[in-house]
Amino acid sequence: MSQPLLKLDSATIRFGGLTAVSNFSLEVNPCELIGLIGPNGAGKTTAFNMITGVYQPTDGHIHLNGRSIAGVKPHDLTRQGIARTFQNIRLFGSLSVIDNVRAAMQLHCKHGVRASLWRGSRFKSLENEVETCALELLDIFKLGSLRDEEAKSLPYGDQRRLEIVRALATRPKLLLLDEPAAGMNPTEKEELMHLIRFIKDKFQIAVMLVEHDMTVVMGICERIAVLEYGIKIAEGTPQQIQRDPKVIAAYLGTETDKEEPFDA
Amino acid sequence: MDWLLQQLINGLALGSIYALIALGYTMVYGVLRFINFAHADVLMLGAYAAYFLAPAVSTVFPLPSLTGALIVTLLSVMICTGIGILIEFLAYRPLRQRPRLTVLITAIGVSLLIEFTCQHEAVFGADTKPFPQLLPVHDFNIGGLVIGSNDLVVVVTTLVLLAALWFIVQRTKMGTAMRAVSFNQQAAALMGININRIISFTFGLGSALAAIAGILYALKAPGIDPLMGVQPGLRAFIAAVLGGIGNLPGAALGGLLLGLLETFAGGISGLSNYRDGIAFAILILILLFKPAGLLGKASVEKV
Amino acid sequence: MSSSLNPSSITGAKRWLIAGVLLAVVVSMFSAQFNRYYLGILVDIGINIILAVSLNLINGHTGQFSLGHAGFMAVGGYTAAKISLVISPMLPPALQPLIFLFALLAGGGLAALAGFGVGVPSLRLRGDYLAIVTLGFGEIIRVVVQNMESVGAASGLKGIPKYTTLGWTFGLAAVTIYFVSALVNSTYGRGFIAVSDDEVAASSMGINPVRYKVTAFVTGAFFAGIAGGLYAHHKQFLSPTGFDFLKSIDIVVMVILGGMGRTAGVVVAAIILTLLPEVLRQFSEYRMIIYSLLIIVLMMARPQGLFTWNRKKGGAPA
Repeated sequence: MSQPLLKLDSATIRFGGLTAVSNFSLEVNPCELIGLIGPNGAGKTTAFNMITGVYQPTDGHIHLNGRSIAGVKPHDLTRQGIARTFQNIRLFGSLSVIDNVRAAMQLHCKHGVRASLWRGSRFKSLENEVETCALELLDIFKLGSLRDEEAKSLPYGDQRRLEIVRALATRPKLLLLDEPAAGMNPTEKEELMHLIRFIKDKFQIAVMLVEHDMTVVMGICERIAVLEYGIKIAEGTPQQIQRDPKVIAAYLGTETDKEEPFDA
Repeated sequence: MDWLLQQLINGLALGSIYALIALGYTMVYGVLRFINFAHADVLMLGAYAAYFLAPAVSTVFPLPSLTGALIVTLLSVMICTGIGILIEFLAYRPLRQRPRLTVLITAIGVSLLIEFTCQHEAVFGADTKPFPQLLPVHDFNIGGLVIGSNDLVVVVTTLVLLAALWFIVQRTKMGTAMRAVSFNQQAAALMGININRIISFTFGLGSALAAIAGILYALKAPGIDPLMGVQPGLRAFIAAVLGGIGNLPGAALGGLLLGLLETFAGGISGLSNYRDGIAFAILILILLFKPAGLLGKASVEKV
Repeated sequence: MSSSLNPSSITGAKRWLIAGVLLAVVVSMFSAQFNRYYLGILVDIGINIILAVSLNLINGHTGQFSLGHAGFMAVGGYTAAKISLVISPMLPPALQPLIFLFALLAGGGLAALAGFGVGVPSLRLRGDYLAIVTLGFGEIIRVVVQNMESVGAASGLKGIPKYTTLGWTFGLAAVTIYFVSALVNSTYGRGFIAVSDDEVAASSMGINPVRYKVTAFVTGAFFAGIAGGLYAHHKQFLSPTGFDFLKSIDIVVMVILGGMGRTAGVVVAAIILTLLPEVLRQFSEYRMIIYSLLIIVLMMARPQGLFTWNRKKGGAPA
């Protein structure tokens, strides 16, 4: 690959005296499935927040497609091809399932305020197009039948999957998944792994995921980066990571952290 | 120069009253996170309580006198404390778990209810009533500056109350509990703090301050009427937000700033008619640069 | 807060608008038959519908909290009134509808500009702080008007020509309802509700919260300005005290009573709350006491609004 899709160059973020992520360098290539793991509080979600523009790094640079994203607002970054899900599910609770997807699709809509007000035939056909497209996405995740349910009334696992669909609807080049398997049972997890691989291939996107479930991470990731206390301690293939003494120390040394049932 | 100093003194006196009222807004906001619009009306009720109590008290302690004034104030404070606790119990407690917007609208409703009920002929009537002289009045003349005894009383009372409030919040068990409830209600409840008691206490305390502020305000005003709380209430409420709502020193600072500003603007011809507008304009300007007020801490939403 | 989009209801919307405007015009032709008192109340209802539906875009759909709608109404009302007071003596009476339209649009435009002025600070403020800034903005407008000699200052603006008719009022009410519902019920419009539900998530989905909020404020203020213009040419007299905090609260209560973000409910609420004071006329001394009690009881019993229905069943609020 000539140019990485995403490039973090010594990205650092400090909150007051606390350095949440320090000198984090990482490259993500197009169509790659990369995992970001580490004990709780290691700075994984913070790294996501830097990549998506929610936080601005204190030091260092982040480049998307060779362009710096410093100062770019989250919604503009989404336009440039980054989409994400949230650790603590953030759906549009009062919207229906399909409207959650639709809201995310307005980014690429060719019809805006004027068409909505005029409501000509073009508006109608474009709205139908949006609906078909949203339903297609929902069907991949078996959510099509729930299209008119209120998003906040869905069971937990469906909400997590709807978040992925919503993120996909923005047509990303890089999809960030923040603990997509959290709260799912083993069967659902198995299904999810297949789905993640499927969408990566179908839509030709890079996927970066934060996950605590090692079966999921080791099972689908091509490459893994490990954070501990905001510092990257290892990077490599799943096999390399499993053997890495530093990683073993980080996890076994703080065994109680690893399987902590509650995530903030 | 004299004019400046004179305005400074007047401004401090007015600002002290605003500060007292603002403290009530801010304390309630601190524990319950909503703006208690009815606070301004408790202030009005405090003044009316004093108005009706004064003739009765004067039969035992002739007015104006310091003892008489103290007794009248103490009694109105007790009445208003009760009213404040009652308002919380009847109107706000049932809404404890509801969205804050609901509570905010209810607070506006309570405020309107008190105002319109009091304006009714059978209650106080809408007309302005002369407020009795509670304290002997004397103007001190210091090198060309005139300091009214009422102004002195206002400033000194505020300072004493501020100190007392600081002590209660920072140094007593009740205050620690208040701060805990303000920080995290659920966690405080789990630590064995009786939330309802703390909230009642906060309302009582805020209403007591409002009663004192009402009497002090009435002493300086030409008379009292059921809507007398609206203007000072609005300014105090601006003051509380200006200083960073939920922040006690912020409320005091905001009150003083606003009082000074108003007296100085009022002293300049042409500006005086715009006083309310200017207060709000300054508030908006400050919020644009410091969205959480002067001393408030900006909260960062966790993503 | 909203129903699912239903393509068939979308196509029908424009027909409804035309029907609404036509109906308003036709009914207006017979308005001479109506009792003047009832006619006046009908116009009041129409104006309040415009106010409530436009505020609903800001407070309901977009989830901002504005307490300054009366301020926008004042801007529109005074602007429109001043324009027709100055222009109408210069032009032949035949041009009167044109003058009125121009005055209304100018009033709405200036109100929209004021809405932009409030919308911009709203980008940095949320919740209570935003409520206070909008309240402050309304008060500033009132204070400025109170001191403007050219619009009568505190004594008010008198002698405004009576241009407002039933047709104008309900025609414009139909336009407002159409405009707001069409805006919200589209893929583009889902953005308003998305911003209201979760701003962080919305911006992560490529929705620019700033643009949506400002759009909501500008649009809402525009229609409030139109309502102000209608009001001015209906009452023929404007006074700054008519646009105080209490008026803003009135409109907020209509929105809450109708159910935030539910246009149909808000319209019904506007009608009820305009009629209520008239019904209570014989108890006029208790009127405001009852009104404030109503607010409290409503907030305790049905904070989600009186007219909320289960939207899963496909009930589509317009």
